[in-house]
Amino acid sequence: MNKNSIVSKERLTGWLLLIPALLVLSLVFIYPIARAFWLSLLTENLGNQLQPEFSGLANYSRMLGDGRFWQSMGNTTIFTVISVILELILGLGIALVLNQSFRGRGIVRTITIIPWALPTAVMGLAWAWIFNDQYGVVNDILQRLGLIDLGINWLGSPTLAMTALIIADVWKTTPFISIILLAGLQSIPQDLYEAYAMDGANVWQSFSKITLPLLMPQILIALLFRFAQAFGVFDLIQVMTGGGPAGTTETVSIYIYSTVMRYLDFGYGAALIVVTFLLLITAVAIVSWFLNRLKVS
Amino acid sequence: MATLRDRKKLKLDTNFKQIILWISLVLIVIFFLVPIIWQVLTSVKLNEDISAIPTIYFPTRFTFRHYLELFERRPFLLYIFNSALVSIISTILCLTLGSPAAYALTRLKLPGENVILAGILIVTLFPYVLLFLGLLEIVKAVGLGNNYLALIIPYTAINLPLTILVMRSFFQQLPKDLEDAAKIDGYKIIPMLIEILLPMTLPALVTTGILTFIFAWNEYIFALTFITRDTMKTIPVATAQLGGSTLWDIPYGSIAAATILGTLPLVILVLVFQRRIVQGLTAGAVKG
Repeated sequence: MNKNSIVSKERLTGWLLLIPALLVLSLVFIYPIARAFWLSLLTENLGNQLQPEFSGLANYSRMLGDGRFWQSMGNTTIFTVISVILELILGLGIALVLNQSFRGRGIVRTITIIPWALPTAVMGLAWAWIFNDQYGVVNDILQRLGLIDLGINWLGSPTLAMTALIIADVWKTTPFISIILLAGLQSIPQDLYEAYAMDGANVWQSFSKITLPLLMPQILIALLFRFAQAFGVFDLIQVMTGGGPAGTTETVSIYIYSTVMRYLDFGYGAALIVVTFLLLITAVAIVSWFLNRLKVS
Repeated sequence: MATLRDRKKLKLDTNFKQIILWISLVLIVIFFLVPIIWQVLTSVKLNEDISAIPTIYFPTRFTFRHYLELFERRPFLLYIFNSALVSIISTILCLTLGSPAAYALTRLKLPGENVILAGILIVTLFPYVLLFLGLLEIVKAVGLGNNYLALIIPYTAINLPLTILVMRSFFQQLPKDLEDAAKIDGYKIIPMLIEILLPMTLPALVTTGILTFIFAWNEYIFALTFITRDTMKTIPVATAQLGGSTLWDIPYGSIAAATILGTLPLVILVLVFQRRIVQGLTAGAVKG
């Protein structure tokens, strides 16, 4: 047996090991997206008894004039930007604290992971209970502090509902960011700080000159993951507000879900999926580009 | 004298730092634990105490009614069984498919492996809401509605990227000499994987398996869409759908009890495997 045939035999085995996983991945990830591209060119809704008809780009031109779509895009953007920024700041702070040495560090680290591990849909209920207008504990605390007289209808008024959702999301996903950033902090060599401190640098200087630049890859990775997840946020909103009041917390994902499951408008739902997908891919491409440049330099 | 003053200042500085550290620690612990503790307290309160105004923080009367009702009025045991079943089976499937794939992508120098890896990375970022319509069509076409497979297959798939990335970072750390020695001994790749590498991979498999189990247990949108029969629902969907007899009569106590029971397995996993979870998450996210 010569070397070439050994290599090609190894390759054959390699594909054999790889293909089952690739098949499952294609079935669940690639096919639905590709299918959405095709479905988005059809009209298939209750208006035509769910008989698919080819209608070109009609769904897309409908989207341009669909106020509800634009509102949901706006809501998604607000939710994503605010929650991800808050989570990054808080996550970094927590990672910095957990990177110190103190007694009971293991316990605190364990506690910080717990919210990450719990189901979002279930904990969304817990947060809805906390923000409940009649018996909610937030209202009770605010009343005891004398800040409000009557209970606030948190989930029933536009800005407050969004605030409650963002707080719940920050609670749930900041742990993920802290875990990633803590790992990054631990990989920064300690003598770098010592050398810098010898040159008379203060805490802030060593943070901005050493910690932040060296942590940048982890920050961008966390940002990438969190951005994609926040952009597609579904469980939390479905459980806490259902997109209400009056669509003011309706994100694109909630709109997609009702378009398909409630209005049975499959063609339009598919078009919404395609647009969301393309926006997401563009954003991911931009962040990955930054990440690559960072790795090179 | 100057040195003494310096030392005093230094001591003051470290004291100050200690105080800041402990205040932030207390705040962190409160922020992360309070919503859970609040659910625990709500779950053991009597209904009158739950709806008391002003709020009763620490109840003096306790009840386990809310817990019992979950089993008497609802098939809560079945919900737990459903969640456990789909999570465990999809975890096993995921490890069985993912580890060999990870090995192939680490060692076997396949043409186009970089493209495949990039694809796997991108796919981890897709929100599930982009997938459910296409999957719903498949589920309907194949008649998998209200079938555990309608959850097991997607759960296997959504966890495959993470599994491949974590296992790949494990295989990369493995000394290559071992495999070379095995090959010289006449092992073919697949028997070598099973007889030599598998036992060594066990810790990494446990790490990955914990993560995939958690993700499967927590999944909501597929479970909401593909399973409509009450006795087949999983914990997140069943808990979210616990309702009262009227719109206004929301059973907060039962919801709280369901929250505690449904998340208990995960809390235990975190308490026992904290270190592994952190390892797995960072290997999956950072090294990929």
